[in-house]
Amino acid sequence: MMKELRRVSLGILVLFGTLFASTTVIQVFQVDNLRVDPRNVRTLYDSYSAERGSIIVGTTSIAESLPSDDVYTYQRSYLGGGLYAPVTGFYSINHGLSGLESAMNDQLSGQSNAQFFDQVLALVTGTNPRGASIKLTVNAAIQQAARDALGDLTGAAIALDPKTGRILALVSTPSYDPNDLASHDADATAATYQSLLDSSNSPLDNRAIASTLYHPGSVFKLVVAAAALDSGAMTVNTIVPNPAKLLLPQSASSISNSGGGKCGKGDTVTLAEALQRSCNIPFAEIGLQLGESTIRDYAEKFGFGATVEIPMAATPSVYPSGMDDAQLMLSSFGQFDVRVSPLQIAMVTSAIANGGKLMKPTVIDSVLAPDLSPLTTFEASEYSVPISAETAQAMVQMMVNNVKSGVASNAAIRGVAVAGKTGTAENGDGQPYTLWFTGFAPAEDPRVVVVVVVENGGGLGLRGTGNGVAAPIARTIMKAVLSQ
Amino acid sequence: MSAPLSNLENTTITEQLLLRLKIPTKLRNLEAVLILFAMVITSFALALVDLGATGKLNVAIIGLSLGLGVIVLALHLALRFVARDADPLILPIVTLLNGLGIAMIHRLDIANGLTGWQSQATRQMVWTAIAIVVAIAVIVIVRNHRVLQRYRYLWMAAGIFLLLLPLVPFIGVTINGARLWVNLGIVSFQPGEIGKIALALFFAGYLVTARDSLSMVGKKFLGVRWPQLKDLGPIFVVWMVAMMVLIFQRDMGTSLLYFGLFLVLMYVATGRAIWFVVGGGLFGAGAFVASRFLTYVEGRFTAWLDSFNPAVYEAIGGSYQLVQGLFGFASGGVIGTGFGAGHPGIVPLAESDYIVASLGEELGLVGIFAILSLYLLFISRGMRIGINGADDFGRLLAVGLTFVIALQVFIVIGGVTRVIPVTGLTTPFLAAGGSSLVANWIIVALLLRLSDTVRHQRDGGDAA
Repeated sequence: MMKELRRVSLGILVLFGTLFASTTVIQVFQVDNLRVDPRNVRTLYDSYSAERGSIIVGTTSIAESLPSDDVYTYQRSYLGGGLYAPVTGFYSINHGLSGLESAMNDQLSGQSNAQFFDQVLALVTGTNPRGASIKLTVNAAIQQAARDALGDLTGAAIALDPKTGRILALVSTPSYDPNDLASHDADATAATYQSLLDSSNSPLDNRAIASTLYHPGSVFKLVVAAAALDSGAMTVNTIVPNPAKLLLPQSASSISNSGGGKCGKGDTVTLAEALQRSCNIPFAEIGLQLGESTIRDYAEKFGFGATVEIPMAATPSVYPSGMDDAQLMLSSFGQFDVRVSPLQIAMVTSAIANGGKLMKPTVIDSVLAPDLSPLTTFEASEYSVPISAETAQAMVQMMVNNVKSGVASNAAIRGVAVAGKTGTAENGDGQPYTLWFTGFAPAEDPRVVVVVVVENGGGLGLRGTGNGVAAPIARTIMKAVLSQ
Repeated sequence: MSAPLSNLENTTITEQLLLRLKIPTKLRNLEAVLILFAMVITSFALALVDLGATGKLNVAIIGLSLGLGVIVLALHLALRFVARDADPLILPIVTLLNGLGIAMIHRLDIANGLTGWQSQATRQMVWTAIAIVVAIAVIVIVRNHRVLQRYRYLWMAAGIFLLLLPLVPFIGVTINGARLWVNLGIVSFQPGEIGKIALALFFAGYLVTARDSLSMVGKKFLGVRWPQLKDLGPIFVVWMVAMMVLIFQRDMGTSLLYFGLFLVLMYVATGRAIWFVVGGGLFGAGAFVASRFLTYVEGRFTAWLDSFNPAVYEAIGGSYQLVQGLFGFASGGVIGTGFGAGHPGIVPLAESDYIVASLGEELGLVGIFAILSLYLLFISRGMRIGINGADDFGRLLAVGLTFVIALQVFIVIGGVTRVIPVTGLTTPFLAAGGSSLVANWIIVALLLRLSDTVRHQRDGGDAA
């Protein structure tokens, strides 16, 4: 019997060995995976128990944690209703976090590596660690001006400094009040969240960076023109045939220019004139000559296909691949399956405005310790150099002409050279257009790039155009920057 | 130490008293010191819970720690009189586990806002008192464990009766899908917990007599000697009972516990490992069939294998509880959040089935290792009693009772940490629950009695 008893003891030891192993695996090796699981509300509770850092615009906290008497210890409070929601996002007990609250959660909750010694100190002294605050590049006056300029329209606006990539305004309309989602009343926030989800105009979407992507329409001609010039395939004076109607290859359908007629009077038209008049047929021809792979190379240098983090992640913009000739021609004036975020168009424009150098866009000026000493200060950094200074110079000239005497006239500001490009993108038969404007001012020494997109034809049905609706909004935003 | 007590008649009263004080005190004094140590840890744990969760000390913890201290002391004193040579480590270990359990339950009371008689910790304290009183009664009444062997068929009847009691209409209650409870109006009780002791007594008593025939070898097949067909009767009967528990009471854990107990005792009694093959095959086949036809068993397996799948997580009876328990463990990490500083209340049944996850969250891996080590120490004492056993019945009984605790700890903690599918058993001594406390304290009493007999006998005390 002794032998059996020893074996049973050994068996029990093996069983317990598995328990020692299983708890070790969970509490040591799987800890990181389990902690970041969105269903793990403890992570949220813990971040509540620390005094979360503020999000600061100028010298004002637009999101801060105030002491509360319930289990969460702190209540997140937002300033300005929906004004900053596209930047801050929300911090909710039952619907997680979004926007900057999510992207900078480590810093705001005091868990980032830079705050390691504070964490150790807090552990030893038995106090709760405090999170770092985030100072934004966003400017209150410009943000407000952009929000007011969009008014009741559905769309987005971005203003950024092309020399640094600092985002001065980031607006998406309609918006929502993050306070309604930050409430500790779980039932109330659930009801609010559901009604926001059910709302037909998707207020939770951040249209500026991460909602459904848009057809760029004519603003994509900037990418095609830049590719044509920079690749050396063409100059601004290169001529292409100028018919009033063009039958697409291997297709029964034809394309026409937006006015319906020819692009100017001649039998041929220059690249410069085609961009200035924003003609579709010449760009279809230019695109076909350049080829898909050349255009893609440039599109990708401008940021297409990449997830850009500002630090909120923007949805990657799409330049389709494997197109036949007809599709390539359609895509060359921003139709077919080309899809972009407003941020992407801002990046294209920004590279042109900054002599070919694309600066990485960001909303973060600095991360501040609880005593407001800077932990990290963001330096301007180069994202890529998609085009040469000469190409950029030529593009600027064409875009200035666009506003001065072309189809983007509504963006003109007295006494300032404004460069711009409009877009009026089709979304299928009978559907209202997506209206675009992108541009910068002053053209000779740009201080601001502004992109405006308005959905659904600006409520004007098929009469809404980029120049009619989006350009005046952009003009207001540019004036707000220039007046500072 | 070898002064024979049987010589007491020939000495004066003074000498008798001197002997009584001298002989047994060494073990019992060690026990007293260790109990004091366990009580100090328990009191600190309760104080830390209050400080961690509310920032101030609550008078209720004085009642909890004093209550436990006084009642354990009563058992200790009883041992000084009726089981002087009992193992000195068992009682302190169990006291500490029970105390840590009460501290954790008190902590969850604070999270759930329960006070007064609503408080689970107070109830657990009362149940501990009842359990220890029962344990004292057992140790006082059962002076000689061999008597228990005589009543083996009574134990069988009692075991089966208790096991099937929850199936009786009107008094049987289904809680969390398992029909394991009996409601007697004022208290509800899990008779199966007591049933496991009756079955351990029966198995030990029965196997001592039947082992000779069960060890007979039969035909050789596939390179091993199989048991004779006529000897398959008993294992088949126990298997049927286990399957009934699985099917009608919908409780995999209890089923596995009873069957595992029987197999181990059968192996120890006969020395033939082939019983593991036969029994394992039978149980495996039964569980496989059950997992195909019983949705609750299938659900438990899915929740185990595919815990993080959102559909399984959201499903009723899915992996929500398991996954939340794992989150608790992870949030504790190596050193834990500290008593009162975590969120163990998020996990459903955090004070009973998932108390290990609660402890893992607030005490960390370090705390879990300490608790597992306490169990291992307890089990090693139990196995020692078995190995040193005075007679075969005593050996089998000690091993059976010890193994029941070991297997139950494995089934529960293994379930919570995803080693095996989750079942509905409670962690011995730690988890909230009266039936489980009473049953496990009876096991303690029986082990103490057996250990006393072992030393007593070795010292020649029984020779007269």
